[in-house]
Amino acid sequence: MEGIERILLEQPLFRGLEARIGALIAGCARNVRFRSGEEIFREADPADEFYLLRQGRVALEIIEAGRAPARFSTLGPGAILGASWLVPPYRWTFDARALEPIRAIGIDARCLRAKCEADHDLGYELLKRVAAALIQRLHATRLQMLDVYGNRPA
Amino acid sequence: MSAAVGSDPLVPQPYRVTRALRETADTVTLDLEPHRGEVPQFAPGQFNMLYAFGVGEIAISLSGDPADRKRFIHTVRAVGAVSSAIAAMPAGSTVGLRGPFGVAWPLAVAEGADVLLIAGGLGLAPLRPAIHQLIVQRERFRRIIVLVGMRRPEEILYRTQLEQWREQAGIEIEVTVDRSDPAWRGHVGVVPSLIPGLGLDGAATSALICGPEIMMRFTANALRECGVAVERTYVSMERSMKCAVGSCGHCQFGPYFVCKDGPVMRLDRIARLLALREI
Repeated sequence: MEGIERILLEQPLFRGLEARIGALIAGCARNVRFRSGEEIFREADPADEFYLLRQGRVALEIIEAGRAPARFSTLGPGAILGASWLVPPYRWTFDARALEPIRAIGIDARCLRAKCEADHDLGYELLKRVAAALIQRLHATRLQMLDVYGNRPA
Repeated sequence: MSAAVGSDPLVPQPYRVTRALRETADTVTLDLEPHRGEVPQFAPGQFNMLYAFGVGEIAISLSGDPADRKRFIHTVRAVGAVSSAIAAMPAGSTVGLRGPFGVAWPLAVAEGADVLLIAGGLGLAPLRPAIHQLIVQRERFRRIIVLVGMRRPEEILYRTQLEQWREQAGIEIEVTVDRSDPAWRGHVGVVPSLIPGLGLDGAATSALICGPEIMMRFTANALRECGVAVERTYVSMERSMKCAVGSCGHCQFGPYFVCKDGPVMRLDRIARLLALREI
Protein backbone atom coordinates (compact mmCIF):
# COMPACT_ATOMS: atom_id res chain seq x y z
CA MET A 1 0.00 0.00 0.00
CA GLU A 2 1.31 3.43 -0.96
CA GLY A 3 2.24 5.86 1.86
CA ILE A 4 -0.55 8.34 1.19
CA GLU A 5 -3.14 5.55 1.02
CA ARG A 6 -2.00 4.10 4.34
CA ILE A 7 -2.12 7.53 6.02
CA LEU A 8 -5.51 8.21 4.47
CA LEU A 9 -6.99 5.02 5.89
CA GLU A 10 -5.67 5.92 9.35
CA GLN A 11 -7.78 9.11 9.41
CA PRO A 12 -11.04 8.89 11.41
CA LEU A 13 -13.07 9.78 8.32
CA PHE A 14 -11.76 6.83 6.33
CA ARG A 15 -11.09 4.24 9.03
CA GLY A 16 -12.25 0.79 7.94
CA LEU A 17 -12.72 1.85 4.34
CA GLU A 18 -12.63 -0.89 1.69
CA ALA A 19 -9.17 -1.03 0.09
CA ARG A 20 -10.45 -0.51 -3.46
CA ILE A 21 -12.25 2.68 -2.47
CA GLY A 22 -9.29 3.81 -0.38
CA ALA A 23 -7.05 3.49 -3.44
CA LEU A 24 -9.46 5.57 -5.53
CA ILE A 25 -9.51 8.38 -2.98
CA ALA A 26 -5.75 8.18 -2.47
CA GLY A 27 -5.35 8.87 -6.18
CA CYS A 28 -6.71 12.38 -5.52
CA ALA A 29 -4.75 12.96 -2.29
CA ARG A 30 -1.46 14.64 -1.38
CA ASN A 31 0.39 15.58 1.79
CA VAL A 32 0.25 19.29 2.56
CA ARG A 33 1.71 21.62 5.18
CA PHE A 34 0.78 25.13 6.25
CA ARG A 35 2.76 27.57 8.36
CA SER A 36 1.30 29.00 11.55
CA GLY A 37 -0.81 32.00 10.59
CA GLU A 38 -1.07 31.00 6.93
CA GLU A 39 -4.41 31.36 5.18
CA ILE A 40 -5.59 27.94 3.99
CA PHE A 41 -8.59 29.16 2.06
CA ARG A 42 -10.69 32.28 1.79
CA GLU A 43 -14.43 32.91 1.57
CA ALA A 44 -15.80 32.85 -2.00
CA ASP A 45 -12.70 31.20 -3.45
CA PRO A 46 -13.20 27.94 -5.40
CA ALA A 47 -13.50 24.96 -3.06
CA ASP A 48 -11.22 22.77 -5.10
CA GLU A 49 -9.32 21.04 -2.29
CA PHE A 50 -10.41 19.95 1.18
CA TYR A 51 -8.28 18.66 4.02
CA LEU A 52 -8.03 15.98 6.66
CA LEU A 53 -6.07 17.47 9.55
CA ARG A 54 -3.26 15.35 10.95
CA GLN A 55 -1.47 17.86 13.15
CA GLY A 56 -2.15 21.39 14.40
CA ARG A 57 -5.27 23.49 14.75
CA VAL A 58 -7.16 25.57 12.22
CA ALA A 59 -9.47 28.52 12.91
CA LEU A 60 -12.65 29.05 10.91
CA GLU A 61 -13.50 32.71 10.61
CA ILE A 62 -16.02 35.01 8.99
CA ILE A 63 -14.79 38.40 7.92
CA GLU A 64 -16.78 41.58 8.21
CA ALA A 65 -15.27 44.82 6.94
CA GLY A 66 -13.98 47.08 9.71
CA ARG A 67 -14.17 44.38 12.37
CA ALA A 68 -11.85 41.73 13.72
CA PRO A 69 -12.49 38.29 12.15
CA ALA A 70 -15.30 36.43 13.94
CA ARG A 71 -13.79 33.07 14.87
CA PHE A 72 -16.65 30.61 15.26
CA SER A 73 -14.82 27.30 15.44
CA THR A 74 -11.44 25.65 15.67
CA LEU A 75 -10.61 22.23 14.27
CA GLY A 76 -7.87 19.85 15.33
CA PRO A 77 -6.29 16.55 14.33
CA GLY A 78 -8.73 14.04 12.88
CA ALA A 79 -11.16 16.69 11.63
CA ILE A 80 -12.26 17.26 8.06
CA LEU A 81 -11.66 20.85 6.95
CA GLY A 82 -14.10 22.08 4.32
CA ALA A 83 -17.51 20.88 3.12
CA SER A 84 -18.33 23.34 0.34
CA TRP A 85 -16.38 21.23 -2.17
CA LEU A 86 -19.23 18.75 -2.01
CA VAL A 87 -22.10 20.88 -3.31
CA PRO A 88 -22.45 23.57 -6.00
CA PRO A 89 -21.32 26.29 -6.45
CA TYR A 90 -18.17 24.74 -4.90
CA ARG A 91 -17.02 27.94 -3.18
CA TRP A 92 -15.86 28.42 0.41
CA THR A 93 -18.28 30.16 2.75
CA PHE A 94 -15.71 31.20 5.36
CA ASP A 95 -11.97 31.65 5.87
CA ALA A 96 -9.65 29.00 7.30
CA ARG A 97 -6.36 29.98 8.93
CA ALA A 98 -3.62 27.83 10.49
CA LEU A 99 -3.22 28.59 14.19
CA GLU A 100 -0.22 26.29 14.42
CA PRO A 101 2.00 24.49 11.92
CA ILE A 102 -0.37 22.17 10.06
CA ARG A 103 0.18 18.75 8.53
CA ALA A 104 -2.78 17.51 6.56
CA ILE A 105 -3.90 15.42 3.65
CA GLY A 106 -5.25 17.59 0.86
CA ILE A 107 -7.80 15.97 -1.43
CA ASP A 108 -8.39 17.35 -4.91
CA ALA A 109 -12.14 17.95 -4.92
CA ARG A 110 -12.57 18.02 -8.73
CA CYS A 111 -10.73 14.72 -9.02
CA LEU A 112 -12.81 13.11 -6.28
CA ARG A 113 -16.13 14.47 -7.56
CA ALA A 114 -15.36 13.06 -11.01
CA LYS A 115 -14.56 9.66 -9.54
CA CYS A 116 -17.77 9.74 -7.49
CA GLU A 117 -19.81 10.44 -10.64
CA ALA A 118 -18.16 7.50 -12.37
CA ASP A 119 -18.34 5.11 -9.41
CA HIS A 120 -21.47 5.46 -7.32
CA ASP A 121 -20.28 2.92 -4.74
CA LEU A 122 -17.40 5.30 -4.03
CA GLY A 123 -19.79 8.27 -4.04
CA TYR A 124 -22.26 6.68 -1.64
CA GLU A 125 -19.54 5.49 0.76
CA LEU A 126 -17.92 8.92 0.76
CA LEU A 127 -21.22 10.72 1.24
CA LYS A 128 -22.20 8.53 4.20
CA ARG A 129 -18.91 9.27 5.94
CA VAL A 130 -18.83 12.99 5.20
CA ALA A 131 -22.50 13.36 6.15
CA ALA A 132 -21.85 11.68 9.52
CA ALA A 133 -18.98 14.11 10.23
CA LEU A 134 -21.07 17.11 9.18
CA ILE A 135 -24.09 16.00 11.24
CA GLN A 136 -21.85 15.70 14.27
CA ARG A 137 -20.66 19.23 13.61
CA LEU A 138 -24.25 20.42 13.20
CA HIS A 139 -25.13 18.93 16.60
CA ALA A 140 -22.15 20.68 18.16
CA THR A 141 -23.18 23.98 16.56
CA ARG A 142 -26.69 23.63 17.98
CA LEU A 143 -25.25 23.07 21.43
CA GLN A 144 -22.99 26.08 20.96
CA MET A 145 -26.01 28.21 20.01
CA LEU A 146 -27.95 27.15 23.12
CA ASP A 147 -25.53 29.15 25.28
CA VAL A 148 -25.85 26.54 28.04
CA TYR A 149 -23.44 28.33 30.40
CA GLY A 150 -25.45 31.55 30.38
CA ASN A 151 -28.27 32.49 32.77
CA ARG A 152 -31.16 30.65 31.18
CA PRO A 153 -34.72 30.83 32.45
CA ALA A 154 -35.94 27.59 34.07
CA MET B 1 -10.92 19.92 66.55
CA SER B 2 -13.34 19.96 63.67
CA ALA B 3 -15.83 22.83 63.54
CA ALA B 4 -18.91 20.71 62.87
CA VAL B 5 -18.07 17.54 64.81
CA GLY B 6 -20.95 16.56 67.03
CA SER B 7 -23.18 19.25 65.63
CA ASP B 8 -26.69 18.71 64.29
CA PRO B 9 -26.45 18.46 60.47
CA LEU B 10 -29.53 20.66 60.19
CA VAL B 11 -28.09 23.51 62.25
CA PRO B 12 -25.83 25.96 60.39
CA GLN B 13 -22.49 26.79 61.94
CA PRO B 14 -21.13 30.34 61.69
CA TYR B 15 -18.25 30.78 59.24
CA ARG B 16 -16.40 33.99 58.47
CA VAL B 17 -15.70 35.11 54.92
CA THR B 18 -11.95 35.68 55.03
CA ARG B 19 -11.50 36.40 51.32
CA ALA B 20 -13.83 37.25 48.46
CA LEU B 21 -12.13 36.89 45.09
CA ARG B 22 -14.02 38.08 42.04
CA GLU B 23 -13.57 35.47 39.29
CA THR B 24 -15.87 36.95 36.62
CA ALA B 25 -18.57 39.62 36.42
CA ASP B 26 -21.08 37.43 38.29
CA THR B 27 -18.94 34.80 40.01
CA VAL B 28 -17.00 35.03 43.25
CA THR B 29 -14.78 32.60 45.13
CA LEU B 30 -15.18 32.80 48.91
CA ASP B 31 -12.79 31.50 51.56
CA LEU B 32 -14.82 30.51 54.62
CA GLU B 33 -13.21 29.83 57.99
CA PRO B 34 -14.97 28.52 61.08
CA HIS B 35 -15.06 30.79 64.09
CA ARG B 36 -13.00 28.14 65.89
CA GLY B 37 -11.23 24.89 65.02
CA GLU B 38 -10.60 23.18 61.70
CA VAL B 39 -13.09 22.59 58.93
CA PRO B 40 -14.50 19.05 58.70
CA GLN B 41 -12.76 16.77 56.19
CA PHE B 42 -14.49 16.73 52.81
CA ALA B 43 -14.10 14.62 49.70
CA PRO B 44 -13.99 16.04 46.13
CA GLY B 45 -17.48 16.35 44.71
CA GLN B 46 -19.25 17.03 48.01
CA PHE B 47 -21.21 20.19 48.79
CA ASN B 48 -22.10 22.46 51.69
CA MET B 49 -25.32 24.28 52.42
CA LEU B 50 -24.58 28.00 52.70
CA TYR B 51 -27.03 30.20 54.55
CA ALA B 52 -27.33 33.93 53.95
CA PHE B 53 -29.06 34.95 57.15
CA GLY B 54 -32.46 36.47 56.48
CA VAL B 55 -32.38 35.46 52.82
CA GLY B 56 -32.11 31.70 52.50
CA GLU B 57 -29.94 28.63 52.06
CA ILE B 58 -28.48 26.95 48.96
CA ALA B 59 -26.24 24.02 48.12
CA ILE B 60 -22.82 25.03 46.82
CA SER B 61 -20.12 22.55 45.81
CA LEU B 62 -16.81 22.61 47.56
CA SER B 63 -14.15 23.91 45.21
CA GLY B 64 -10.98 24.05 47.29
CA ASP B 65 -8.19 21.67 48.19
CA PRO B 66 -9.41 18.80 50.42
CA ALA B 67 -6.05 18.86 52.22
CA ASP B 68 -6.67 22.41 53.44
CA ARG B 69 -8.29 22.00 56.86
CA LYS B 70 -8.21 25.70 57.65
CA ARG B 71 -10.92 26.83 55.25
CA PHE B 72 -13.65 25.81 52.87
CA ILE B 73 -13.57 27.38 49.43
CA HIS B 74 -16.75 27.92 47.43
CA THR B 75 -17.18 29.48 44.02
CA VAL B 76 -20.61 31.10 43.83
CA ARG B 77 -22.38 32.52 40.82
CA ALA B 78 -24.98 35.21 41.45
CA VAL B 79 -28.13 33.84 39.83
CA GLY B 80 -31.02 33.99 42.32
CA ALA B 81 -31.70 35.89 45.53
CA VAL B 82 -29.66 33.62 47.83
CA SER B 83 -26.68 33.10 45.56
CA SER B 84 -26.61 36.85 44.83
CA ALA B 85 -26.62 37.62 48.57
CA ILE B 86 -23.79 35.16 49.20
CA ALA B 87 -21.77 36.30 46.18
CA ALA B 88 -22.04 39.89 47.44
CA MET B 89 -20.61 39.11 50.89
CA PRO B 90 -17.40 41.03 51.57
CA ALA B 91 -14.54 39.70 53.70
CA GLY B 92 -15.53 39.83 57.35
CA SER B 93 -19.14 38.76 56.75
CA THR B 94 -20.63 35.77 58.52
CA VAL B 95 -22.37 32.99 56.64
CA GLY B 96 -24.15 29.93 58.02
CA LEU B 97 -22.75 26.60 56.83
CA ARG B 98 -23.89 22.99 57.04
CA GLY B 99 -21.91 20.11 55.63
CA PRO B 100 -20.10 18.59 53.90
CA PHE B 101 -22.76 16.39 52.33
CA GLY B 102 -23.16 14.01 49.42
CA VAL B 103 -21.37 11.35 47.39
CA ALA B 104 -17.85 12.14 46.18
CA TRP B 105 -16.10 11.57 42.84
CA PRO B 106 -14.89 7.93 42.88
CA LEU B 107 -11.25 8.61 42.05
CA ALA B 108 -10.17 5.14 43.17
CA VAL B 109 -11.99 3.49 40.24
CA ALA B 110 -9.66 5.32 37.83
CA GLU B 111 -6.43 4.15 39.48
CA GLY B 112 -4.05 2.51 37.04
CA ALA B 113 -5.97 3.96 34.10
CA ASP B 114 -6.63 7.28 32.38
CA VAL B 115 -8.91 9.81 33.99
CA LEU B 116 -10.75 12.43 32.01
CA LEU B 117 -12.41 15.35 33.78
CA ILE B 118 -14.83 17.42 31.71
CA ALA B 119 -16.18 20.69 33.03
CA GLY B 120 -18.73 23.05 31.56
CA GLY B 121 -18.92 26.58 32.95
CA LEU B 122 -19.19 26.68 36.72
CA GLY B 123 -18.97 22.86 36.62
CA LEU B 124 -15.22 23.33 36.93
CA ALA B 125 -15.70 24.28 40.60
CA PRO B 126 -16.83 20.83 41.86
CA LEU B 127 -14.06 19.17 39.81
CA ARG B 128 -11.25 21.35 41.18
CA PRO B 129 -10.94 19.40 44.47
CA ALA B 130 -10.67 16.20 42.42
CA ILE B 131 -7.83 17.74 40.38
CA HIS B 132 -6.04 18.70 43.62
CA GLN B 133 -6.33 15.12 44.84
CA LEU B 134 -5.26 13.59 41.53
CA ILE B 135 -2.13 15.74 41.55
CA VAL B 136 -1.24 14.53 45.06
CA GLN B 137 -1.66 10.93 43.85
CA ARG B 138 -0.26 11.58 40.36
CA GLU B 139 1.68 8.30 40.11
CA ARG B 140 -1.47 6.21 40.59
CA PHE B 141 -2.95 7.33 37.28
CA ARG B 142 -1.88 7.25 33.65
CA ARG B 143 -3.11 10.23 31.64
CA ILE B 144 -4.96 12.94 33.54
CA ILE B 145 -6.90 15.06 31.08
CA VAL B 146 -8.99 18.10 31.95
CA LEU B 147 -11.35 19.55 29.35
CA VAL B 148 -12.96 22.86 30.14
CA GLY B 149 -15.78 24.50 28.21
CA MET B 150 -16.68 28.10 28.94
CA ARG B 151 -18.97 30.67 27.43
CA ARG B 152 -16.39 33.35 26.66
CA PRO B 153 -12.66 33.83 27.31
CA GLU B 154 -13.32 36.40 30.05
CA GLU B 155 -15.49 33.87 31.91
CA ILE B 156 -12.78 31.24 32.29
CA LEU B 157 -12.53 30.22 35.94
CA TYR B 158 -9.24 29.57 37.77
CA ARG B 159 -7.25 30.65 34.73
CA THR B 160 -3.91 31.02 36.51
CA GLN B 161 -4.30 27.68 38.24
CA LEU B 162 -5.16 25.93 34.97
CA GLU B 163 -1.93 27.30 33.48
CA GLN B 164 0.08 26.13 36.50
CA TRP B 165 -1.40 22.66 36.36
CA ARG B 166 -0.69 22.41 32.65
CA GLU B 167 2.94 23.42 33.07
CA GLN B 168 3.83 21.80 36.37
CA ALA B 169 1.52 18.97 37.28
CA GLY B 170 1.74 16.65 34.29
CA ILE B 171 -1.88 17.19 33.37
CA GLU B 172 -3.26 17.69 29.87
CA ILE B 173 -5.57 20.68 29.91
CA GLU B 174 -7.66 21.96 27.02
CA VAL B 175 -9.95 24.95 27.31
CA THR B 176 -12.57 25.81 24.70
CA VAL B 177 -15.02 28.69 24.51
CA ASP B 178 -18.41 28.90 22.82
CA ARG B 179 -17.80 32.49 21.74
CA SER B 180 -14.37 33.78 20.89
CA ASP B 181 -12.86 37.25 20.91
CA PRO B 182 -9.96 38.61 18.85
CA ALA B 183 -7.43 38.00 21.63
CA TRP B 184 -8.37 34.35 22.23
CA ARG B 185 -5.87 31.85 20.78
CA GLY B 186 -7.41 28.65 22.12
CA HIS B 187 -10.15 26.31 20.97
CA VAL B 188 -13.55 27.60 19.85
CA GLY B 189 -16.48 25.19 19.99
CA VAL B 190 -18.32 23.05 22.49
CA VAL B 191 -16.42 20.85 24.90
CA PRO B 192 -17.64 17.46 23.52
CA SER B 193 -16.01 18.32 20.19
CA LEU B 194 -12.58 18.10 21.87
CA ILE B 195 -13.09 14.45 22.80
CA PRO B 196 -12.46 12.70 19.44
CA GLY B 197 -9.06 14.39 19.13
CA LEU B 198 -7.77 13.10 22.49
CA GLY B 199 -6.82 9.64 21.23
CA LEU B 200 -8.50 8.04 24.22
CA ASP B 201 -7.96 4.46 25.27
CA GLY B 202 -11.69 4.14 25.84
CA ALA B 203 -11.56 0.78 27.60
CA ALA B 204 -9.15 2.17 30.19
CA THR B 205 -10.65 5.61 30.74
CA SER B 206 -12.85 6.87 33.55
CA ALA B 207 -14.71 10.11 32.95
CA LEU B 208 -16.00 12.65 35.46
CA ILE B 209 -18.38 15.26 34.03
CA CYS B 210 -19.85 18.36 35.62
CA GLY B 211 -21.83 21.07 33.89
CA PRO B 212 -25.31 21.87 32.62
CA GLU B 213 -27.34 18.71 31.95
CA ILE B 214 -27.50 19.32 28.18
CA MET B 215 -23.73 19.63 28.04
CA MET B 216 -23.34 16.43 30.09
CA ARG B 217 -25.68 14.52 27.73
CA PHE B 218 -23.75 15.58 24.62
CA THR B 219 -20.47 14.85 26.38
CA ALA B 220 -21.62 11.38 27.44
CA ASN B 221 -22.59 10.64 23.81
CA ALA B 222 -19.15 11.71 22.57
CA LEU B 223 -17.49 9.55 25.23
CA ARG B 224 -19.56 6.52 24.24
CA GLU B 225 -18.45 6.94 20.62
CA CYS B 226 -14.84 6.85 21.84
CA GLY B 227 -15.45 3.61 23.73
CA VAL B 228 -15.68 5.00 27.28
CA ALA B 229 -18.15 2.77 29.12
CA VAL B 230 -21.16 4.33 30.84
CA GLU B 231 -20.17 2.27 33.89
CA ARG B 232 -16.97 4.33 34.06
CA THR B 233 -18.67 7.66 33.43
CA TYR B 234 -19.79 9.77 36.39
CA VAL B 235 -21.79 12.99 36.39
CA SER B 236 -22.53 15.54 39.10
CA MET B 237 -26.24 16.26 39.24
CA GLU B 238 -27.77 19.56 40.23
CA ARG B 239 -31.17 19.68 41.92
CA SER B 240 -32.78 21.94 44.47
CA MET B 241 -31.33 20.64 47.73
CA LYS B 242 -33.01 21.76 50.95
CA CYS B 243 -32.37 19.48 53.93
CA ALA B 244 -29.24 17.89 52.38
CA VAL B 245 -29.71 14.71 54.43
CA GLY B 246 -32.29 12.84 52.36
CA SER B 247 -35.37 13.71 54.43
CA CYS B 248 -37.35 16.44 52.72
CA GLY B 249 -37.54 15.10 49.16
CA HIS B 250 -36.94 18.42 47.41
CA CYS B 251 -34.09 16.98 45.37
CA GLN B 252 -35.84 13.74 44.42
CA PHE B 253 -34.65 12.42 41.07
CA GLY B 254 -36.58 9.23 40.25
CA PRO B 255 -35.78 6.80 43.06
CA TYR B 256 -32.84 8.89 44.26
CA PHE B 257 -32.35 11.88 46.50
CA VAL B 258 -29.55 13.86 44.87
CA CYS B 259 -28.37 15.24 48.25
CA LYS B 260 -27.55 11.82 49.69
CA ASP B 261 -27.39 9.46 46.65
CA GLY B 262 -25.51 12.15 44.69
CA PRO B 263 -24.60 14.69 43.60
CA VAL B 264 -22.04 12.42 41.92
CA MET B 265 -23.83 9.54 40.21
CA ARG B 266 -22.76 6.78 37.84
CA LEU B 267 -24.17 7.47 34.42
CA ASP B 268 -25.59 4.00 33.71
CA ARG B 269 -27.70 4.25 36.88
CA ILE B 270 -29.39 7.50 35.86
CA ALA B 271 -29.21 7.54 32.04
CA ARG B 272 -32.87 6.52 31.78
CA LEU B 273 -33.89 9.35 34.12
CA LEU B 274 -31.87 11.93 32.21
CA ALA B 275 -33.90 11.14 29.09
CA LEU B 276 -37.26 11.83 30.79
CA ARG B 277 -39.00 15.09 29.92
CA GLU B 278 -40.78 15.46 33.26
CA ILE B 279 -39.11 14.41 36.49
